[in-house]
Amino acid sequence: MRIAFFATCLADTLFPEAAKATVRLLERLGHEVVFPNQQTCCGQMHINTGYQKEALPLVRRYASTFDRYDVTVVPSGSCAGSIRHQHAMVASAYGDAGLASRAADVAARTYELSELLIDVLKVEDVGAYYPHRVTYHPTCHSLRMTRVGDKPLRLLRQVRGIDLVELPAAEQCCGFGGTFALKNPETSTAMLADKITDIVSTGADVCTAGDTSCLMHIGGGLSRLRAGVRTVHLAEILASTESS
Amino acid sequence: MSSRELILDRVRAALRDAPVVAEAPRDYRPAGAAPPDLDVLVDRLVDYKAEVHRVASAEVAATVAGLVAEGGAVLVPPGLPEMWRPEGAFADDGLAPDRIAAADAVLTAAAVAVAETGTIVLDASPDQGRRVISLLPDVHVIVLRPDQVVASVPDAIARLDGRRPLTWISGPSATSDIELNRVEGVHGPRHLHVLLLTDG
Amino acid sequence: MSTFLGMPTTAPRGVGHLRGDRTFPEAARDALKNDQLRRNLRHATTTIRGKSGKVIAELPDWQSLRDAGSAIKAGVLAQLPELLEQLEARVTEAGGVVHWAADANEANAIVTGLVRQTGSDRVIKVKSMATQEIGLNEALEAAGITPVETDLAELIVQLGHDKPSHILVPAIHRNRSEIRDIFLRAMPGVDPALTDDPPVLAAAARRYLRETFLSTTVAVSGANFAIADTGTLGVVESEGNGRMCLTLPDTLITVMGIEKVLPTWRDLEVFLQLLPRSSTGERMNPYTTMWTGVTPGDGPQKFHLVLLDNGRTAVLSDPAGRQALHCIRCSACLNVCPVYERTGGHSYGSVYPGPIGAVLSPQLTGVADNASLPYASSLCGACFDACPVKIDIPSLLVHLRNRVRHPAAERAAMAAAAYTMDRPKLYASAQRAAKLARIAGRRGRGLPPPLSGWTAGRDLPEFPKQTFRDWWAERASHPEPASHPEPASHPERAEET
Repeated sequence: MRIAFFATCLADTLFPEAAKATVRLLERLGHEVVFPNQQTCCGQMHINTGYQKEALPLVRRYASTFDRYDVTVVPSGSCAGSIRHQHAMVASAYGDAGLASRAADVAARTYELSELLIDVLKVEDVGAYYPHRVTYHPTCHSLRMTRVGDKPLRLLRQVRGIDLVELPAAEQCCGFGGTFALKNPETSTAMLADKITDIVSTGADVCTAGDTSCLMHIGGGLSRLRAGVRTVHLAEILASTESS
Repeated sequence: MSSRELILDRVRAALRDAPVVAEAPRDYRPAGAAPPDLDVLVDRLVDYKAEVHRVASAEVAATVAGLVAEGGAVLVPPGLPEMWRPEGAFADDGLAPDRIAAADAVLTAAAVAVAETGTIVLDASPDQGRRVISLLPDVHVIVLRPDQVVASVPDAIARLDGRRPLTWISGPSATSDIELNRVEGVHGPRHLHVLLLTDG
Repeated sequence: MSTFLGMPTTAPRGVGHLRGDRTFPEAARDALKNDQLRRNLRHATTTIRGKSGKVIAELPDWQSLRDAGSAIKAGVLAQLPELLEQLEARVTEAGGVVHWAADANEANAIVTGLVRQTGSDRVIKVKSMATQEIGLNEALEAAGITPVETDLAELIVQLGHDKPSHILVPAIHRNRSEIRDIFLRAMPGVDPALTDDPPVLAAAARRYLRETFLSTTVAVSGANFAIADTGTLGVVESEGNGRMCLTLPDTLITVMGIEKVLPTWRDLEVFLQLLPRSSTGERMNPYTTMWTGVTPGDGPQKFHLVLLDNGRTAVLSDPAGRQALHCIRCSACLNVCPVYERTGGHSYGSVYPGPIGAVLSPQLTGVADNASLPYASSLCGACFDACPVKIDIPSLLVHLRNRVRHPAAERAAMAAAAYTMDRPKLYASAQRAAKLARIAGRRGRGLPPPLSGWTAGRDLPEFPKQTFRDWWAERASHPEPASHPEPASHPERAEET
C-alpha cells in the first residue's frame, strides 16, 4: 500500500528517530511510504492556545498536502486527534464550507500509527524484537480524543523479547497539555512528578507512548531527575529487529 | 419592562440561531423492562445500613413494638391500617414538631420501592402522613407490600404522581461530607427499618 | 428600546462569587505548596472515583442514559421560553409565587424582601450553588438577617470562615481532624471531648442544628430540577437537612437558575439515575424531596420560586458555548480532573471550580473577567468522559481560549510561527537555524520566561543533528544500501488491504 507520512513538526524537528522508525517499520512490512515535503504542522498548538484564525493556513495546508493520498499516517495520537476533531471546525469558523468538507474528508483518511497497523493493515505482530523492560503511557489524546484504545498495547504484546510492565494510574495525564506546561508550569510539574513516580515504580528501562510531545515532557522530567529511564516512541520499538 | 419580560426577551434573543433539537433518544431500559427482584431490594437496603424484616401483616405490630424500648412511643399517620398499629401508638393529628420529635419511632406505609437502587418513596397518602412525621423521630419503620416494589427508577416514575409531596428515601440519613466516605446518621432518622410483607 | 434591554447580559461585577481576585496560575501556585490540601484532595477524589466507577458499571444502559440526558438538556435550552412560562403557570396554580431575577442584585433584593415580610431575622439554608453564586448570605447579613447553612460541609465552611472548594462537597479540602478543630473552635455548645471520628462529627452537627431547624420559620433552598409540565421542584440531598428546610418552616424561598427546568415528569427517570451515581457514587442519594407549590397541611404554606438569569442568557447566546448550561452540578468532572486534584477549588476563584467552572464561569462573567480559567486545563479529556450529560468540556475550553484577548508578545510569537509554518522552505531553514539547545545552554536551562517555566522542572531534549526532513531528502538522493525490506511477519496479511 502507498502511505503518505505526516511526520508532525515535533518529530520532524526534535525527534527524527521516531519519524525514521515509522518509515522503516512500514517499509519493512512491504509498503511504500511517501513524505510530501509541503507539510509542516497540524496547527494544534495554535488552536489549543486560542489562535484558530492563525491556524487556518495550517489546516488548509494539511488538507491540500494530503488530499491526494488514500491513506495518511501520523505517529501521534494528539496530532491525529486535532486533525480529526478540530480541522473542520476551524475551517468552517474561519475558512469556507468547501475547505471544511475537504478537511473532514482528509481527516477521515488520516490514521494514528497503531490504528493504521491494526485497522487498515490488519497486522498485530510486526515482527519486532526489543529486549527491554518497557512500560506504556497511553497519552490523553490517544486515549480520549483519537480513541486508539488498547491497539498500541496489542502491538507491543507481540514484540519478541519485550518485558511489558503495567504502568499504575496509566490513564492520568502527564501534565504536558501543550502551552498548559508554559502557562501553568507549577501545576504541570506537579502532575509530571506523579507520572514519573509511577513510571519509576515499574522498574522499566523504557517508557513508551504514541506521542513525542508527552514523551518530551516525561523524558525532560526523567532526565532532570537522572531517573535512569529512557523515553522511546512506540514506532521505534516496533521498528526494532534482531538485526538492528 | 418587568424582569420577567426582560429575561424572556433575553432568552429569545439568545436563541436567535433557532437551534433545532431532535427528540431525545431513550434507548435506556424503560419502565416495564424487567420484573422487580425482591432480593435485589433487600441487598441494596442492607448495603445502605437499613434493617430489613420479612414479616406477615399480622406480625407488623409486634415487630414494631420489639424495635422500640419498653413503653416507647410510636407515632403513626392517621390512615395507617389498624392491624399494623402497635399497642399505645399515637396518631398524628397536626402535632407540633416538638411532639413529633419526641416520638421514639414513626411507623408508615410507602408508595413505591425501587429494587435496583434500594429506594422507598413516600407520597403523603393517609397511610404515610405528612412529610414531617417521618423526618423528626430517630427511628423510621416502613411497611412495604411486595406489589409496591418495582425494578427501576423509570418504573417508579411511571407509578408516582409528581404533584403529590414526595420523599425518596435510600437508607438512613447519611453524609459524604467528611473525606467523601458515607457516614450514616445526620439530621434525618438515624435508623431505618423496612418491614417487607410476606403476604402482600 | 426593549430589544436593546432584552439583550443577553453577563453577570454584574461587585456582587456574588464568580470572579477571583487572582489569576488561576497565581492562586494555584499557593495551593500547590499546601501538602495537607493535596493529600486531602487526592484521598477524597480517589475515593469518589472508585465508588462512582463501581455503581456506574452496574448499569448496562449508562451510555444510553447519558445520550438521553444530553439530548433532553439540549431540548430544554431550545425551548426555554415556553418551558419557563409553563413552569410559572403550574407553580402559580399550585399556590406558589414566581419571581424573576435578571441578576444577582435583583435576586438578593427579592429574597431579602421576602424574608423581611415574614418578620424573621434568621433563615435556614439548604446547600445551593445558585445562592452561593449570587452572594445571598452577604446580602442577608447586610440586611440584619442571619443565614444558617445546614449542610454539613457548608456548615464546616461557614464556621471556619472559609470558602467552598467543591460543588458537591464544599469542605473537601478539609480532613476529619481539621473539621474537629473547626467545630471545637466555632460551634457553640460543642462537647470539648469531641473526637475526629466522622460519625461523632456528624452527631455534633445534628445536635447543634436541631433546635435551629425546629424554631426557624423561613428556609432558602436551591433546586436540582423543576418540572415544567407539573410545576414540581426537587432537591437531592443526603443528610436530611434538606428535608428539614423544605418541610418544617412556614415559608420556603427557592432560588433556581433558569436552565434547571426539565420538560416533563418522565424526564426525571433519566436524571435520577445519572445524578447520584455521578456525584456521590451512590445508587441513590439518601433523600430526595419533591414538592409542587403548596400542599395544605403539609410543609411550608408559603412558597416562592425565584428564577435567576445572572449571565445565563449570555451563555445561552453562544451556540457552541451553551452546552455548559446542561450541567447538573454532579461534580464528576472535578473528581476526575488532574488539575483540580492538585490545585483545589479555591484556585478557580469562582464558586464553580474544576473543569465545568473553567467553562461556565468565564461565560457567565464574560471571558475578560476570568481569562485564565480556560487555560486551567491540560485538555486531557477525562472530564468529558465522566460527564453524565456529555458536556464536551475540552472542546469548550478550546472554544473559549479563542475568545480570550491574548498578551501582545504571545500574539506576535504565534503569528510568526504560523507564518513560518505556512512556508515549508522558510520552515525548513528555521528548523536548521534554531539550535535552541545551543542558544539556551545545556538542555535549555538558560531559557527566558515563559520557557523557563518548562525548564524549572524538566530538561529540553538534545537538539538532533539532522531533522527528519533533511534525512528524507538525503536518503532520496543516496538510497540506504541496507534498506532491503526484511521479511515482514505476515506480509501476505499486510497486503490484503
